[in-house]
Amino acid sequence: MTDDTRPIHPAWLRVTHWLNALAVVILATSGWRIYNASPFFDFKFANSITLGGWLAGAIQWHFAAMWLLAANGLVYLLCNAGTGRLWTKFFPLSPRAIVADLFDALRGRLPHADLRRYNAVQRAAYLFVILDAVLLVLSGLVLWKSVQFPLLRELMGGYESARRVHFFAMAAMVAFVAVHLAMVALVPRTLLAMIRGR
Amino acid sequence: MIVKKTPRRLAIDGDAVVKEALRRVEMPSRRLFLRRSLTLGGLSLLTGCAIVDEDSVENALMKVSRFNDKVQAWLFDPKQLAPTYPESMITRPFPFNAYYGEDEIRQADAESFRLEVAGMVADKRAWTLAELRALPQTDQVTRHICVEGWSAIGKWGGVTFSSFLARVGADTSARYVGFKCADDYYTSIDMPTALHPQTQLTLSYDGQTLPPRYGFPMKLRMPTKLGYKSPKHIQAIFVTNTYPGGYWEDQGYNWFGGS
Repeated sequence: MTDDTRPIHPAWLRVTHWLNALAVVILATSGWRIYNASPFFDFKFANSITLGGWLAGAIQWHFAAMWLLAANGLVYLLCNAGTGRLWTKFFPLSPRAIVADLFDALRGRLPHADLRRYNAVQRAAYLFVILDAVLLVLSGLVLWKSVQFPLLRELMGGYESARRVHFFAMAAMVAFVAVHLAMVALVPRTLLAMIRGR
Repeated sequence: MIVKKTPRRLAIDGDAVVKEALRRVEMPSRRLFLRRSLTLGGLSLLTGCAIVDEDSVENALMKVSRFNDKVQAWLFDPKQLAPTYPESMITRPFPFNAYYGEDEIRQADAESFRLEVAGMVADKRAWTLAELRALPQTDQVTRHICVEGWSAIGKWGGVTFSSFLARVGADTSARYVGFKCADDYYTSIDMPTALHPQTQLTLSYDGQTLPPRYGFPMKLRMPTKLGYKSPKHIQAIFVTNTYPGGYWEDQGYNWFGGS
């Protein structure tokens, strides 16, 4: 039952994908500037790759883009669950299938004939990045409003611990983006599909 | 203690004018950077449209910041207390932070000091330090969170601010409480935070008279707000419905600044 007129990715998915990409770029680059104001590791991000110009500017960008990330993420999750896409595209998923597909991918033997079907590694990676974004929002809420969200604060291990959680969740997001972009470079058709839907 | 008496200045004076001018001179570099930052990878698609100039971006970000003030006021629960800690967890030494270096810390004279109270209050009488110390005092060991990200736990003692406001007959239906400081700092807070049980007119640090580095003779301590919202070396407190802004807030830091 292949219906070639049906887009590979529905319009709502493509719109939320690119809005999310914009939010992530703004949040990561402004977040690096905020981290630089008080680094807890022995390094800083080069200011030239950060957004905002100074701490106040970076915070303004960060606290504007957070609304985009959260609102757009909510629309994505609702559409994904509402249309049933979440279950049909991402499941079933087993550790065995992930390992098998990962080995195939590393040997260059993973087929990409049908972009509608995510392989197990894709399913795992996309689910991971969804959960990572949720963790970023929750740990970010603790950093923003640590007094007003006591339960969330304790779940994150307190304010100082939430800073580390937020940082490592950012690092995981950046790592995902790096791998994601590399994969798109290897199979450029996927980029067209995410833009045109075909 | 070495006490260097400097003339009290509440009106505009030469120093303050020069400082303000220097601050404004610094601002173009910030704008320049914002313009440059707009051409960064992910945002080049914005500049490509040529509809985005740095002023409109800055205005839009400022509007979101005002919106975030409203969201924070709505989220603020006047009964929600900030966590308190055992004294063993106090950060030693507690960090110094101001818009100037430690060599410029202001020294005030305890004898001649008067706290001025103005605006929408029934009793505008100025307070001596001895009178403030004679009021009921409370202690708190709470976490100070800086907008830069770091935090530190300290022990502060003083007068619960809501009881001070009640004593001077402040109109608590007013929107803002503003502060003018001896170090030319100024800031303002929302009335619900001013009335929060942990908001304190602080006179001591760790059981000792509040040292100059932490704001002698007094500072405002609010564990529900970021550090830059806490004025040190307070000289005048006023209650008003007119938005008073703040030293950092006027430069782009979020006004509510709550945590």
